[in-house]
Amino acid sequence: MAQPLVVKKDDDMDEEEYYSPFLGIEKGAVLQEARVFNDPQLDARRCCQVITKLLYLLNQGDTFTKVEATEVFFATTKLFQSKDAGLRRMVYLMIKELSPSADEVIIVTSSLMKDMNSKTDMYRANAIRVLCRIIDSTLLTQIERYLKQAIVDKNPVVASAALVSGIYLLQTSPEVVKRWSNEVQEAVQSRAALVQFHALALLHQIRQNDRLAVSKLVSSLTRGSVRSPLAQCLLIRYTSQVIRESGMNTQGGDRPFFDFLESCLRNKAEMVILEAARAITDLNGVTSRELTPAITVLQLFLSSSKPVLRFAAVRTLNKVASTHPLAVTNCNIDMESLISDQNRSIATLAITTLLKTGNESSVDRLMKQMTNFMSDIADEFKIVVVEAIRSLCLKFPLKYRSLMNFLSNILREEGGFDYKKAIVDSIIILIRDIPDAKESGLFHLCEFIEDCEFTYLSTQILHFLGNEGPKTSDPSKYIRYIYNRVILENATVRASAVSTLAKFGALVDALKPRIFVLLRRCLFDGDDEVRDRATLYIKLLDGEATVGETEKDVTDFLFGSLDVPLVNLEASLRNYEPSEVPFDISSVPKETKSQPLAEKKAAGKKSTGPASAVNGPVPTIDASYEKLLSSIPEFASFGKLFKSSAPVELTEAETEYSVNVVKHIYDGHVVLQYNCTNTIPEQLLEEVVVFVDASEADEFSEVASKPLRSLPYDSPGQTFVAFEKPEGVLATGKFSNILKFIVKEVDSSTGEAEDDGVEDEYQLEDFEIISADYMLKVGVSNFRNAWESMDAETERIDEYGLGVRESLAEAVSAVISILGMQPCEGTDIVQNNSRSHTCLLSGVFIGNVKVLVRLSFGISGPKEVAMKLAVRSDDPEVSDRIHEIVANG
Amino acid sequence: MPIPQAGHRASGSQSSQIRLAEMGSCPSVKNILVLDLEGKRVAVKYYSDEWPSAASKLAFEKSVFVKTQKPGAKAEEADVVMFDGYIVVYKFIEDLHFFVTGGEEENELILASVLQGFSDAVGILLRSKVDKRTALENLDLIFLCIDEVVDGGIVLETDGNVIAEKVSGHGPEGAGSYAEQSVTQAFAVAKQHFMRSLLN
Repeated sequence: MAQPLVVKKDDDMDEEEYYSPFLGIEKGAVLQEARVFNDPQLDARRCCQVITKLLYLLNQGDTFTKVEATEVFFATTKLFQSKDAGLRRMVYLMIKELSPSADEVIIVTSSLMKDMNSKTDMYRANAIRVLCRIIDSTLLTQIERYLKQAIVDKNPVVASAALVSGIYLLQTSPEVVKRWSNEVQEAVQSRAALVQFHALALLHQIRQNDRLAVSKLVSSLTRGSVRSPLAQCLLIRYTSQVIRESGMNTQGGDRPFFDFLESCLRNKAEMVILEAARAITDLNGVTSRELTPAITVLQLFLSSSKPVLRFAAVRTLNKVASTHPLAVTNCNIDMESLISDQNRSIATLAITTLLKTGNESSVDRLMKQMTNFMSDIADEFKIVVVEAIRSLCLKFPLKYRSLMNFLSNILREEGGFDYKKAIVDSIIILIRDIPDAKESGLFHLCEFIEDCEFTYLSTQILHFLGNEGPKTSDPSKYIRYIYNRVILENATVRASAVSTLAKFGALVDALKPRIFVLLRRCLFDGDDEVRDRATLYIKLLDGEATVGETEKDVTDFLFGSLDVPLVNLEASLRNYEPSEVPFDISSVPKETKSQPLAEKKAAGKKSTGPASAVNGPVPTIDASYEKLLSSIPEFASFGKLFKSSAPVELTEAETEYSVNVVKHIYDGHVVLQYNCTNTIPEQLLEEVVVFVDASEADEFSEVASKPLRSLPYDSPGQTFVAFEKPEGVLATGKFSNILKFIVKEVDSSTGEAEDDGVEDEYQLEDFEIISADYMLKVGVSNFRNAWESMDAETERIDEYGLGVRESLAEAVSAVISILGMQPCEGTDIVQNNSRSHTCLLSGVFIGNVKVLVRLSFGISGPKEVAMKLAVRSDDPEVSDRIHEIVANG
Repeated sequence: MPIPQAGHRASGSQSSQIRLAEMGSCPSVKNILVLDLEGKRVAVKYYSDEWPSAASKLAFEKSVFVKTQKPGAKAEEADVVMFDGYIVVYKFIEDLHFFVTGGEEENELILASVLQGFSDAVGILLRSKVDKRTALENLDLIFLCIDEVVDGGIVLETDGNVIAEKVSGHGPEGAGSYAEQSVTQAFAVAKQHFMRSLLN
């Protein structure tokens, strides 16, 4: 098959092209060649070559059409006639690659079953692997007997083939594979290393849902019958799993199985040592005494000659350094020598580990080493380093000068957008958190925008400069940098610079006249937006425009952040029809939609058949709820809708009638909207109404009910019940519901309903109105600023014991859901293994009272969770309310 | 960094592959790649369906290749790189680049032993003449070798000698029972089987 080497050229590149035996290979021609499979006298060598070519084509990404694949498959099956062992191997490979359909599989089953019982081990092993890949569960029962035998075959290759196939089959036919437990258990004791490994993997997977069985398995095997390194790695993973799951009821004292993990640190095989060291460092609440032996072996790896070993060690230590920096300091000397490692991944990990473990005195020395290092690593590594420096600086604020200098130096060097953004973000965070660093930080940012190619970063910095610059000791020195942008940059940056100038003008009276001059020059800009902004700001600062009636309004307009989510604003603007009535921004819903949740719900509802229509185009957005409700005269007097809850299901999936309820909260009223769907084609429901028993919700009294005239099959309808509740009181309670209606039989042939109906009722599930229903999830963009801008007088702090909890994360999410507020800045995510957590929440309480909450959690050894709750809000009474909610929740 | 999961799968296209995410804690290999000096495919095998399309596979190969480019350096010894939530161990022999990929949480020393076993076996099978040309001329052996190293992401064997033995068939059992049958006998039996299976 090899193409003859026609001419041998001197040129290397050309030669490379010439020698490939597959040069100019073409699918059509190879498929033609495959006809040799049908020859009565098979030429095994030639057939092998053709299969190799076919496999080559597939491997290069070529695909066969259905017809081509079928043809090749049938031709390939003929090759079972040949007794050539090499060819047989290629046939096996080809069949696996083609993954034949069920009706094609029949053709090869008997040949493969024959091979499965062959005396040749190689045939047995491979036939098992092929057959198990293509077989379905009915055929599987036919060969089950042979597979069970193969698992305990004395040839390890055959046993491994059967075991690995078992792992694969467990996913499709678990009930069959589970019957092989005894054989698999026997194989675990095999003397062949790989058999032991495969058997252990399969045995664990058979038992993985039975915690007790896994625990037994681990405790019997850790006594030392497992020798193969791979199997030992597996055993370590299972052991740490058992430790993790049993962790809840051990308080102090020795951890079960820790001795086993520690003994693995002395294993001969490096992979086992690493696996054990990682398992120990990952233990929940690991102590420094437990860590020490693991750190010691990892330290030895650091000076290994093998890059993979060094990498493995430094990667693990880097992770440990985040939680136990002191435990890693012993390795600092080895770590420093790794900064010059050939492998840049290792060097970066070493640097960031050092940054995590370093103390205040070592910062300057480290910075010196870093400067050389940064020039020869890729951007992605640089970003990791920048982030590490940022957290170091927050840890040692006194060292801000050298760290800020370092950041500004690298800011001036070449780099891509993500890298530059990481640096700018870091500087901004440092300015916010370290007051001393403000002036120098702002100056570095100004320098940067003088020569910045990224519009996004320029506008971000200009915006930030507008907020922070006027508050510095000498605001005038920034004006030059800002006005340069107006002269030199593109329209987006120019517009942003104009806004920044206006902010200086509004806050610094001394600069106002000069700002006016500059803004007037912008009136001749070539871009609409720039001119519009300049005009607006000139009027504003002059006090002419209607927005700027007082000083305060001006600053509010300039500095106030947009307190509605952009998505909602966009949706509202799309719905706005041009008319006499101007667009009112206060009509934009403020609630942040948790999109993924809604999608999940929709997906989950699919299974309920026709009922899913309820969630379709019918109200999911607040705006459409509001429209719907205001169109009903009974509810028109209730005022402005405060909040609509997500639908609460009141029926099980797949029932005759599917009903969910949406709770609409007004200041003094609650409207319950029942979305009903009739899933029985032979029925028509009329006069549908929900009878609500509010005896367990005594602050509510029913004022109106709006029945549904008719509810035909599969077309959702709504019925409403309205309640009055005392204004300004957090009324909560439980509601039980009965659906009442008149049923009429529908003739399925004509689709017409009978005249006479029968009264009937249908019990629905209960639901509650809870405190969270009175809270809107409204996020803030910068929690810290928002918190500080609130009156500290309104702050209420108290501490709560939450008792024994499953985990910190569980406690955090429980409190969030009780309050029904929006988590800010991703603080709803709790780091694994952390012992404390701070969570920031924001929301708007009924009566349009803005509320911010700062939650500090701590967890003690026996899972006892305590919480400090600090609330600030526009109304101190509401702050007290929040505490009441938590105290009662 | 997020832990990569075998998230969405192409339905039905790669039904023969084990779903790695469901294999729990068993060490697993996501792919084995043999590329040439320019990063072009010599032989590749993917075990995870994190790369459902031909294009995503090529993109992965390209980024692996670029990230392991070292000016002047020859990695006869296994080296390692981590990116996008994958750990890739690799070594270069002549003009061939060998790669073994695993998930971010994988034990890199296990991956390294797979790489070692695989490249050793290739060395034995190609009689120590490991280069692109010889590899292409013996591509059938390379394919078989990959097949014997890992099955559906599970490590089958890490000893280069054993792998090479399994591929070349020079194991203890030799040519096997088919040699004992005459050609016509074998043909007749096979034909019978074939007819029967067709009739079924």
